[in-house]
Amino acid sequence: MHQDALELQNKAVDIRKKIIELSAVAGGGHLGGSLSMADALVALYYHVLKYDPKNPDWPERDRFILSKGHGALGLCPVLCDAGYYAEEMMANFNDLDSPFGMHPDMNKIPGIEMSTGSLGHGLSVAVGVALSGKLDKADWRVFCLLGDGECDEGMVWEAAMSASHFKLGNLTAIVDRNGYSLDGPTEEIMALEPFAEKWRSFGWDCCEVDGHDMDQLLEAFDKVGDAGGDTPTCIISNTVKGKGVSFMENANEWHYAGCDDELTAQALEELEACRPERG
Amino acid sequence: MPKGFTWTTLDVDKFATREMYGKILAEIAPTDDRIVVLTSDLMMSNKTGDFARAHPERFFNFGIAEQNMMGAAAGFAISGKIPFASTMAVFASLRCAEQLRTDIAYPNLNVRIISTHSGLSMGNGGTTHHSTEDIAITRSMANMTVIVPADANCCAKVIVESLEYQGPIYMRLGRGAEPIVYKGEFDFEIGKANTVREGGDVTVIACGICVMAAIKASRKLEKEGIGARVIDMHTIKPLDTEAIVKAADETGKIITMEEHNIIGGLGSAVGETIAEAGLGVKFKRLGIPDIYSTIGQPDDLYERYELDADGIYNAIKGLLQ
Repeated sequence: MHQDALELQNKAVDIRKKIIELSAVAGGGHLGGSLSMADALVALYYHVLKYDPKNPDWPERDRFILSKGHGALGLCPVLCDAGYYAEEMMANFNDLDSPFGMHPDMNKIPGIEMSTGSLGHGLSVAVGVALSGKLDKADWRVFCLLGDGECDEGMVWEAAMSASHFKLGNLTAIVDRNGYSLDGPTEEIMALEPFAEKWRSFGWDCCEVDGHDMDQLLEAFDKVGDAGGDTPTCIISNTVKGKGVSFMENANEWHYAGCDDELTAQALEELEACRPERG
Repeated sequence: MPKGFTWTTLDVDKFATREMYGKILAEIAPTDDRIVVLTSDLMMSNKTGDFARAHPERFFNFGIAEQNMMGAAAGFAISGKIPFASTMAVFASLRCAEQLRTDIAYPNLNVRIISTHSGLSMGNGGTTHHSTEDIAITRSMANMTVIVPADANCCAKVIVESLEYQGPIYMRLGRGAEPIVYKGEFDFEIGKANTVREGGDVTVIACGICVMAAIKASRKLEKEGIGARVIDMHTIKPLDTEAIVKAADETGKIITMEEHNIIGGLGSAVGETIAEAGLGVKFKRLGIPDIYSTIGQPDDLYERYELDADGIYNAIKGLLQ
């Protein structure tokens, strides 16, 4: 087992519980997709990315773009925990004039590189950032987390084509493959498979991992080359929508929803029960 | 010279705004390493080849994928670059409306959207390639500055000034064969209209290629003893409302003139200003009368839609009756 894996598994439990707590404060949220991507986010923010929360504009930082902007409910507690801002700042999540809503705003939330929310846009932005990095011969890398459903968008594939064309080895896409878009299973709504083959045929190195297996996630991220490479990497992170809460798992009515006090308590209890034994 | 769109090749009599765009960028690039130039398989017709040859490492051709180009432009901007992203106006404003609004204008990024072949300048390309909605679309995006240079010299001023300007700019270039309005030294400031002909009887507020047509009509009217003021409203947003109110006060008659649908563009912006100022003036909008423009050479189209010197001359005479 990877030396960091156990610690990060615990961190993922913490983050999932914060997602539930925050959704209670916010009166609901994109729970399914935020819970599914939590492990990949934890791997990124506590193992992969270089950043300085006290200096969000640090020029040497790695860049992370959340293309599935509706995952703000998952990302914002991570940024908070990583030290970008105090928890009190999220106390009015979703309220009038709050910096925090369903989708992240780069001009309101420290640590957010790009305002996202309209699906399909993030990878193109990441391509522009990666091209800038190459132009400046920078060592930092670019990571972009997409939803699987948003890969229905043509713009994703325009971006994918250009990333390999421009030899963006400094760019890594992670697709949170939770198998659902808003209306149902992706393979029923708009089939994505053979998904990995699509990325490979667009010139990317592509691997698939169990997105809830921290060991596999860390191994995949550790294999990503440095910024000087020529080939972009796609990590398809196979996940369960609503992961960790029994009544939310693969239950699409929890794509965007809120828990009452009783369900909140149950969710937190179930998540705590997922905590691994400390070695 | 190949047959077809002869007006996209170098015009020996007139100086092309699009040619100027590529030239000026190539010239100023060594002074500012933030400049990057993006195109979508239109390097030849956008005249960005000069830049591509001089600075190949800062030139990015995205192929026929405008939305990805605009998204990437946002990515360059958040990385501290000043991207000049060019494609035809119809694609920049319609196909990429959401990228302009959500990826560029909403985060208030320093992207310069250089839209070429605007208005009717694609001529016999027909409606699919005419861009008569782009001013309306872009001026309704908060944070977006909208500029329609009248000629190549004005275009050069905008490019240079844009390096120190904060926020996104939509710059609308036309057929690339606009007659020169500004010769020698002239004042130019984004957001400040230029009065290019004085006159006290009527005011024409125009932008782009319409400015020269209005100047010609004004000269003709002068011989008849009619003073037709011509204002080059190169910046549609932020709008120089002071110049409009002053003209309305002093001349009492306003005609707007633009290579755009009469709905939503310069005419609408001027009309809103006059109405909110509570001024009762005679007012007319010249432009495409809310129809899809027909096929034809640009000059024939300008004549058809009264956007040439005769058109504005007749419109002024009509308003004065």
